[in-house]
Amino acid sequence: MVEKVSGRRPYFREVPRTHWFLRHPRYLRYMAREITCIFIGAYTFIWVVGIVRLSQGEAAYQAFLQTLKTPSSIVFHIVALVFAIYHSVTWFNLTPKALPVQLGEEFLPDGVIAGAHYAAWAVLSVVILFLAGAF
Amino acid sequence: MAKSNKPIVWGPFAAGGTVTAFVTPVLIVLTLLVSLGHLPDMLTYEKLSSFAAGWFGKLAILVIVVFSLWGSAHRLRITFFDFGVRSDTLVATVVYLAAGLGSVAVLVSLLRL
Repeated sequence: MVEKVSGRRPYFREVPRTHWFLRHPRYLRYMAREITCIFIGAYTFIWVVGIVRLSQGEAAYQAFLQTLKTPSSIVFHIVALVFAIYHSVTWFNLTPKALPVQLGEEFLPDGVIAGAHYAAWAVLSVVILFLAGAF
Repeated sequence: MAKSNKPIVWGPFAAGGTVTAFVTPVLIVLTLLVSLGHLPDMLTYEKLSSFAAGWFGKLAILVIVVFSLWGSAHRLRITFFDFGVRSDTLVATVVYLAAGLGSVAVLVSLLRL
């Protein structure tokens, strides 16, 4: 018996390993959300340094506050703020999926759950700004 | 039965995502004000050190910093994979180690205050 040569020519969709996310706006938004962690993590290290400096006494802490005033620090803060807000928005928009609330037969509408988180976020931000004496 | 360490990694990630969603933007606004020359009262040496000296201040700072670091470290690990870096064990070791060192530095500093 002669073995038939397979006529199958399966389609392999090539996926570029390093820049696959440039193919579709949805992938780009996903990556934008994922890289927020770089800025949030880097920003948290500013607090790590600040607390370490605080524990070393007033002179060390004043020097830390001075380094915050450099132009590169201002630019970093503005970029980090944009990414941090993007993370908050994407996180709160996912809350209806992560924390569905069932009332009897019905589920609480997505907008109510996400909206409650947005409202809490706004109130908490204003309270922290007020308590910190920012106004 | 297959055992998984995912819940241990996922718990702090979810906590970190939630903590950073709620407080990171407003914290950035506070230090942005400092960088622009307007020092909020709370961030003066006297106020911040007396806040960090109390148990509530210690706990608040520790919770925010530790969960922010762990959440970011875990997401960064996944992001490295997304950018095509396949040496996951190395990446995981480095990012979790950095988060761990930052957490220990803050804990030790808080205990000295």
